[in-house]
Amino acid sequence: MTGPGPARLAPKRGLRYFYKHNKGLFYISIWIVGFLVFKLYPFGSSLYYSFTDFVLKKNSVITEYGFFNYVKFFTTKSTMNALMVTFKYSFITVPMKLAFALFIAYILSFRIKGVGLFRTAYYIPSILGGSVAIAVLWTALFQKNGIINSLLGAIGVEGPSWLGNGTLALLTISLLRVWQFGSSMVIFLAALKGIPRDLYEAASVDGASKWRQFFRITIPLITPAIFYNLVTQIVQAFQEFNGPYIITQGGPNQATTLISLLIYNQAFKHFNMSYASAMAWIMFIIVAILSAVAFISQKRWVYYADK
Amino acid sequence: MQSVRKSNRAKVGAFIRYTLLIIVGIFMLYPLIWMVFSTFKPNSEIFGAYKLLPVNWTFQAYLDIGISYGGQINLLTAMKNTYTVVLSKVVFTLLSVTITAYGFARFNFIGKKVFFAIMLSMIFLPQTVLNAPQYIMFNSWGWINSYKPLIIPSLFAIDSYFIFMIIQFMRGIPREMEEAATIDGCNSFQTLVFVLVPVLVPALTAAGLFTFMWSSNDFMGPLIYIRTTSKQLTSVFIKMCMDVDRGTDWNRVLAFSLIAITPSLLVFFAAQSTFIEGINAGSVKG
Repeated sequence: MTGPGPARLAPKRGLRYFYKHNKGLFYISIWIVGFLVFKLYPFGSSLYYSFTDFVLKKNSVITEYGFFNYVKFFTTKSTMNALMVTFKYSFITVPMKLAFALFIAYILSFRIKGVGLFRTAYYIPSILGGSVAIAVLWTALFQKNGIINSLLGAIGVEGPSWLGNGTLALLTISLLRVWQFGSSMVIFLAALKGIPRDLYEAASVDGASKWRQFFRITIPLITPAIFYNLVTQIVQAFQEFNGPYIITQGGPNQATTLISLLIYNQAFKHFNMSYASAMAWIMFIIVAILSAVAFISQKRWVYYADK
Repeated sequence: MQSVRKSNRAKVGAFIRYTLLIIVGIFMLYPLIWMVFSTFKPNSEIFGAYKLLPVNWTFQAYLDIGISYGGQINLLTAMKNTYTVVLSKVVFTLLSVTITAYGFARFNFIGKKVFFAIMLSMIFLPQTVLNAPQYIMFNSWGWINSYKPLIIPSLFAIDSYFIFMIIQFMRGIPREMEEAATIDGCNSFQTLVFVLVPVLVPALTAAGLFTFMWSSNDFMGPLIYIRTTSKQLTSVFIKMCMDVDRGTDWNRVLAFSLIAITPSLLVFFAAQSTFIEGINAGSVKG
């Protein structure tokens, strides 16, 4: 912090003084405008719409205010089902993805020849995975007579109908995201590289096994990375759209109808913006609670070196 | 005796590690390799067969590249549309994000801490909450069925992830050069352009490449905002192809998908080290 606090010394000094000591404010002003127009206003207005019966059609007006959208959500079987499916999807995807990412990053953190090659190979799915092209590929791979089942058949296992069975269909779209563990892996890898080697050497001298070292040294020291990955992955998982929209169309029997699919249908098929906003807010509050739990509990389990 | 046992154990450990890494590597890349060869297979070989290489090679899928859907759009038009949007987004994002990051990294001002906290928290704000109200807003501005909703917001540094990434880079750059420039009479903006930006090139490259790949992948944006088929972007175009051709011409669907992701792949390979460093700089340090 350089310079005197401008706010306290401000009187009588005028605009010039203000500019001189708050130049940064001018540089970030484009961001401030963007934040107000494209984030804060939509964010606030969606909360407002969620308490109305607003439908985006010619000459449509709001006639009613109240909690009815929220009541409708929690009393309708199909929306509650979507909520459950979203939870199930997130609780399958996020732990699997993070466990995989950490496991592979841990192996790569040993002195491995060709680290760069492996890292690149594991990272490729992450850059392509969000694209429709890969969702299309996934659809082809998991057909009843697709390559996955053909390979299973070659080793004498009869492949199931991946997209015809509710649980397996959910697993299929979940696997698409787990397959993209590379982005989390790279973050873990950077954290693992930051652990001083002598900690492990000291532990070895004291006779600590590799497993014990992993749980007593490695895990505690990379908790900031775990925390960051956990929160970003939860936020992403609750918004998952491409997988269910392209690969399963929410089926079979609504088994992969995630909440984002319902929000999309309400907002952009029926233009029922108020109901869509209410659903989005319910999703947001759930994600916010989960993140808050992570944030509050981080004091207990996240280790920051500079404290 | 002990050291022999130890080195044997180390060898076994290394063997297990490499085996695991290679198996996982196969799982990661096999689908993509399968995709490449499948574009040369007739439908009968794509399904119900596990051979990787085609028996009867066919190049029909690639000859069909100009085929039009609904008489309005083909792959090449869709890609042209996509990269018009993507490249504008890259340029606008880099400009706006650099200026904002400069403000945060090099100046003090009223409310800086609050602004910074808000800016960072936007990384975690789900886009899903904003979709409906943004649509209403863009609709009232008459922006629907144009590329404006996809491009214009990037002029206003809406992507906090990149702002944070550039700030982290700037924090690592010593201030002496900037101080010297100030003494030589540069104003703060000239200092940014002539002193900082040249040093920031690796960071800007990483941010630019990320924007390139993420916005090429964007599906929800064009799905919501583009109504006219001829204006559609690749991501929605590929979905259309799959809906029309599944069951008959999977090789064509896969070939088009492959062509669609090729630019991103090339960009990734051209700059992969910058890339991974970029992610690391933008993330928490463990």
